[in-house]
Amino acid sequence: MATSLTSRKVAAADSASVPPRRSRVDTTFYLFLIPSLVLFTLVISLPAVMGIFYSFTDSIGFGEFEFVGFINYIAMFSDPAILGSYAFTIGFSLVTVLVVNAAAFLLAIGLTSKIRAKTALRTVFVMPMVVSGIIIAFVFNFLFSNSLPRLGAALGSDLLSQSILANPDLAWTAIVFVTAWQAIPATMLIYIAGIVAIPGEVYEAASLDGASPARQLVSITLPLVAGYVLINMVLGFKNYLNAYDIIVGLTDGGPGTATRSVAMTIFSGFTGGDYAYQMANAVIFFLIAVALAMLQLRLTRGKVSV
Amino acid sequence: MSTNTVSTSAVPTSAGRPAARADRRDRANIPVTIILAVASLAVLVPLLVTVSMALKSTAQAVDGNAFSLPDPVSVAGVAEAWVMTNFPRGFVVSLFVSTVTVGGVIVLSAMASYAISRNWERRLFRYSFFYLLGAMFLPFPVLALSQVKLTGLVGLDNPAGVALLHVMFQLSFSTLLFTAFLRSIPEELEESARLDGATTRQAFWRLVFPLLAPMSATVGILAFLHSWNDFMMPSLITSDPAWQTLPVLQSIFQTQFSNNYNVAFASYMMSMAPAIVVYLFTQRWVMSGVTQGAIK
Repeated sequence: MATSLTSRKVAAADSASVPPRRSRVDTTFYLFLIPSLVLFTLVISLPAVMGIFYSFTDSIGFGEFEFVGFINYIAMFSDPAILGSYAFTIGFSLVTVLVVNAAAFLLAIGLTSKIRAKTALRTVFVMPMVVSGIIIAFVFNFLFSNSLPRLGAALGSDLLSQSILANPDLAWTAIVFVTAWQAIPATMLIYIAGIVAIPGEVYEAASLDGASPARQLVSITLPLVAGYVLINMVLGFKNYLNAYDIIVGLTDGGPGTATRSVAMTIFSGFTGGDYAYQMANAVIFFLIAVALAMLQLRLTRGKVSV
Repeated sequence: MSTNTVSTSAVPTSAGRPAARADRRDRANIPVTIILAVASLAVLVPLLVTVSMALKSTAQAVDGNAFSLPDPVSVAGVAEAWVMTNFPRGFVVSLFVSTVTVGGVIVLSAMASYAISRNWERRLFRYSFFYLLGAMFLPFPVLALSQVKLTGLVGLDNPAGVALLHVMFQLSFSTLLFTAFLRSIPEELEESARLDGATTRQAFWRLVFPLLAPMSATVGILAFLHSWNDFMMPSLITSDPAWQTLPVLQSIFQTQFSNNYNVAFASYMMSMAPAIVVYLFTQRWVMSGVTQGAIK
């Protein structure tokens, strides 16, 4: 113990100027790291490997099974239930990303300007982030199926006097709304951080040159937070692809299967005897997530240096 | 500094002339304040409707009018929800899951991050970091089917299993935050502790871990919110409905009791309240946590 301590000390003292030298690592460091590595492997990596394994079988979740090669994967690409859930999930995610970022950016501009009751307003606008998705979805479920139709009837609108949750063409808008309601705070906080990081001199110079505030917004604020826009878009898109809680609380995938997300389709593997088949779906879903992560790394590298 | 100028950009009407600038600097931007106050209703109304519905009598709630005020104010719905969902048990289960998650995440990832950041030049530690980070790209639905199977096999299809999964899914992000933070703590501090005879373990627990407190707060609060509000994982992992967390318990109002609005909303209110209370007391760290996490 004593020797390893001294050798580490020497290594650390040298590390500032000289390249690190091979020396023994204090065992404590291994003991600190190993619990995480072991648990992580058992809880995350093992299920992932198991999932990939089962996706090449015809398992129904229990009992015997046989290897079937890529049959599950091939079948997926002509399955309307799966294709439909991808189309819905991707479409919904794209719309939500745009809605969330536009609203969050405007709110961030507002909340970083010189306003009254700034702290109170920020507190309120962050609040949706701390509310459970499924519960707020139940609350909005009530508002969409009771209050909005009343309003619609009062306004004499045929379209709005029925619940939009029961309308296959409109139910997704409710899901976008509630998802955005909950996702805007986190996005907004990132924009606030980005806007606050812009040096004030830049704006002073611009206004001395006679740039209008609108011009400053377009020519200074927007370009300088561009990196944050990218982060928010990719992070958000990745989150919305996982959509589950809010959809369960609002429409439960309905009417019919109009709002069934990929996550819901994968979970149907628990009951329908589709275990291996939905595993293949999960593997494809994972590949999409990885592709997005790569895209995020590529897009954000060097764009944001905070 | 930047904030004044940004404010003007939101309201172009009063802007542009340099002469007005010094003057503008001190004045609050009232139109923007009003716009934001109105917009904040989109956040507040659903929450206020929840409280107001919860305090109605069954007779008044049954008409389904969200915006009428409770008349008379009745706590019968709260009492009924308390019994119907067995709120105390759900609360204890949720509290157990969240507490274990918060404690587990902070301790495990602080220790791992310390080992990683102080041995960064060694391949094993560096690669471990990237390995742990991998879960950030891994959506839960991808693992759900096999995880449910595994937790069932080893008898973890209960709140303890849910907490374990929450810890592991939060581990990546927390390790990222802790390692970044640890880089700002000079190693010389620990060296001097070691000169005084402290072992690495003592140096960590007595010196470094307390210094990590601000980051531990961020990590802990984010883990708490995530764990307290999660619906997907407990609903899939927990096999015995008696051991469900509060968010999952709310589903009963969607089926059997669809017209007992006051009872349902009372139950929603009671489940949301703890997270909102925690937020109001810790908002400083919530806000900094989100921004730190996303940018680093």
